[in-house]
Amino acid sequence: MADGGMAIGKPISRIDGSKKVTGQALYAAEYDAPGLLHAAVVSSRIAKGKIIAIDAIEALALPGVIAVLTHENRPHVAAFRYAYKDTVGPPGGPFKPLHDGKIRFADQPVAVVIGENYEAARDGAALVRITYEEEAFETDLDVAKAEPFKPKLPRIGVKPAPKSRGDFDAAFAAAAIKISAAYETAAQHHNAMELFATTVVWEGEDKITVYDKTQGSQNVQLYLKQALGFKLKNVRVVNAFVGGAFGSGLRPAHSAFLATLAAKHLKRSVRLVLTRAQMFSITYRADTRQEIALACDADGRLLAVRHACVAATSKNEDQQETVVNWAGLAYACENVAFDYQLARVDTPTPGDMRAPGAAVGVHVLECAMDELAYAAGIDPLELRLRNWVEHDQNDNLPLTSKAQKACYAQAAQRFGWSERSFGPRTMRDGQDLIGWGMAGGVWDAFVAPVPTRARVTWRRDGRLEVAAAASDIGTGTYTILAQIAAEAFGVPVEQVEVWLGDSTLPFNPVEGGSWMAASTGAAVARACDKLKVALVKAARKQFKLRGRKGALSVSRDAVIGEALPSRAVSLNEIVTAAGQDITATGTTLPDLAGQRKHASYVHSAVFAEVRVDEDLGVIRVKRIVSAIAAGRILNPKTAGSQIIGGVVMGIGQALHEEAQTDHRFGKVMNHSFQDYHIPANADVGAIEVIFVQEHDPDVSPLGVKGVGEIGLVGVTAAIANAVFHATGKRIRSTPITIDKLISA
Amino acid sequence: MYEDPSAIALHLTVNGEARDLRAAPWVTLLDLLRETLKLTGSKKGCDHGQCGACTVMIDGRRVNSCLVLAVTRDGAEVVTIEGLAEGGTLHPLQQAFIDHDALQCGYCTPGQICSAVGLLAEGNAHCRDDVRELMSGNLCRCGAYTHIVDAIEMVRLGAVEAAA
Repeated sequence: MADGGMAIGKPISRIDGSKKVTGQALYAAEYDAPGLLHAAVVSSRIAKGKIIAIDAIEALALPGVIAVLTHENRPHVAAFRYAYKDTVGPPGGPFKPLHDGKIRFADQPVAVVIGENYEAARDGAALVRITYEEEAFETDLDVAKAEPFKPKLPRIGVKPAPKSRGDFDAAFAAAAIKISAAYETAAQHHNAMELFATTVVWEGEDKITVYDKTQGSQNVQLYLKQALGFKLKNVRVVNAFVGGAFGSGLRPAHSAFLATLAAKHLKRSVRLVLTRAQMFSITYRADTRQEIALACDADGRLLAVRHACVAATSKNEDQQETVVNWAGLAYACENVAFDYQLARVDTPTPGDMRAPGAAVGVHVLECAMDELAYAAGIDPLELRLRNWVEHDQNDNLPLTSKAQKACYAQAAQRFGWSERSFGPRTMRDGQDLIGWGMAGGVWDAFVAPVPTRARVTWRRDGRLEVAAAASDIGTGTYTILAQIAAEAFGVPVEQVEVWLGDSTLPFNPVEGGSWMAASTGAAVARACDKLKVALVKAARKQFKLRGRKGALSVSRDAVIGEALPSRAVSLNEIVTAAGQDITATGTTLPDLAGQRKHASYVHSAVFAEVRVDEDLGVIRVKRIVSAIAAGRILNPKTAGSQIIGGVVMGIGQALHEEAQTDHRFGKVMNHSFQDYHIPANADVGAIEVIFVQEHDPDVSPLGVKGVGEIGLVGVTAAIANAVFHATGKRIRSTPITIDKLISA
Repeated sequence: MYEDPSAIALHLTVNGEARDLRAAPWVTLLDLLRETLKLTGSKKGCDHGQCGACTVMIDGRRVNSCLVLAVTRDGAEVVTIEGLAEGGTLHPLQQAFIDHDALQCGYCTPGQICSAVGLLAEGNAHCRDDVRELMSGNLCRCGAYTHIVDAIEMVRLGAVEAAA
């Protein structure tokens, strides 16, 4: 990148790579402790009702089983729902594990079996006999959506649906070219590869170290303190390595609560690992039912836009995402109507999953734009260009940058879009129908909404240390923070050591919303600036330069200046003379004034080729080109992997992924990797990522926008539009499975 | 340390080291590696042989260790991710995975690499599509597949070149 330096912008291999390829990186279930016990969860067989009786006799008789904890015999925990609130949850009352005998959703945890080893706990859990009294329940959104409601309280940090503008009804009625369609998106599960796991090390009277799979160590620390009555200083949460999360680890998982409860009860160290099946009862991407209507003039200019959504939420909380807003800001239009409502089902509370809201909302918008392009007889890419806007019409704010035209142009050129024939079913290769589809993508460019801190230290061993309670969930946080510090001092990246994932380190919010690179990155840069000042001060002290003339400054690993004996003193000498490591802390604050003056988004253009077997309906994604405008790219290698990962998840959302609930039992039936298919290697064709040049000094202190979500946005629509181009069939329900395609 | 009353003796060679062990008949090789031998490089992602994160080499073949009861492999030679590097030198596949950024969260990575070691030993992969197909037992939710294939192809083609 042109605005890169010595380290920033370089495609450096991730610095934690060698630990990960040798098996040395430790995840939550991999820390040992003396006398470690193992815990397993018993899950509710029914979806709603109450527990009548618990018979743990057989379980307790199993050799190696130590205890069975239920709501009847658990130690005292907080009773009020506020104690279970975390920093990112939606309005409502959080689920309180083992609180009482009520069953609120299928596979709800109802007991914890603790054993001397894993097998005893697991087998003991199978022997706990529970008698239930069942009640009527509803898990089907298509039934629940008959009683939609607007959430009473907005979710903090999530934009509610904007006020409608202009006159949609009149403009739509008067327009000659228009489309109106209903779409549905399936519930999805994050299914990170690592199982939810917690190892609680009992350090002594009411003091614990908790190794947990989470996207925010300090969020879990606060939760365990409040819910289980520990002192904050006596709870240390570590998540140095996280085996993927994609949003599932934003809120504290019940596994963390249950493992800590068991440890507190027995005053012993305990490890609890959920099964893959049990992970389907933590949270999920809400299924949605959406309606969209677009109208344009003969030139393709949008005259009217309406986007409405009903999304699932639980009975106890109002999960909210930004689903319909994108329709009001992606393209220029004066007459726009929005509606965003929820409907309650008897499930765990849905949660954020990669690009929450946009993954389903932009999908529908971008499919609808393709429908409109065909109604108007205009090339889908051309239609988007004709509705170009560089202003956030929802909030009436200018944008800090929008290099999406470059995304369209470069991706289209790379893909060969000009070779495409407009009509559906006009391209084929033998038995395969070929489809080319495209879509635009958009996501917020966030700076974290709370102060974000980092500490930088020049150590006496000559290492530059960066420390922050941020998380690296596979995103490359370790690496980019090392690059930022290396850049600030002009030292090799290898000289930098990064410590993350520990609640004792400087404050960071949860890793989510693609804000970490911008926020923690800027905190590191500021800490480096302050550290240079501190090092200069130490040099002045060492050489008694107080009051004397002569500016000193830090250049690479030395303080330089005319006033110094040899014009330069190495930083190592300074810290040695000081007798201690020299440290400084930097903070990034949300730019509240700037947020009132302008808006920032990250943009993309996605082009997809699918091959559809004409007889069998098998859809294969042959290749995808994704161009991204995300401001300054700190590391094109790790950022590129983020985009590729988003594309792969988009393939899953478009073609494979769907929680299949049997509504007679209220239970997700395909709760395994065998039955809930996530893309495998053979499902993924060629993926090409382009980062377009985008200079944006106003979005964040380093000009960074974040790349964690945008890779997914638009992918599903590009694939769905390609399926239409190949087959002439518009499948308005994701995933687009063979049965839907064949029967359409 | 607690020993299950049903434990029976077995002998394994793990990463070149002879180990006399005891395990109950229902203990999987994966759990034995992780919990008894503290070799946590082999990962548990499903415990059902559906994700491949637990892939290790048993007597030179890639196997899902979560599907193997340890006592059924008495006398076997097991190689895990911890046994691939020689001294301080990474196995060529380990290095290739770093160079191609064929990993993100790293959780599936040991299984991917062990599976790739097995794949190359089998000699059935002759092109990218073969690798994609024959590596499809190893899921990666971060979606590093294209880079995983790049890494394996680099080592495979390097080996083909060396043999020519």
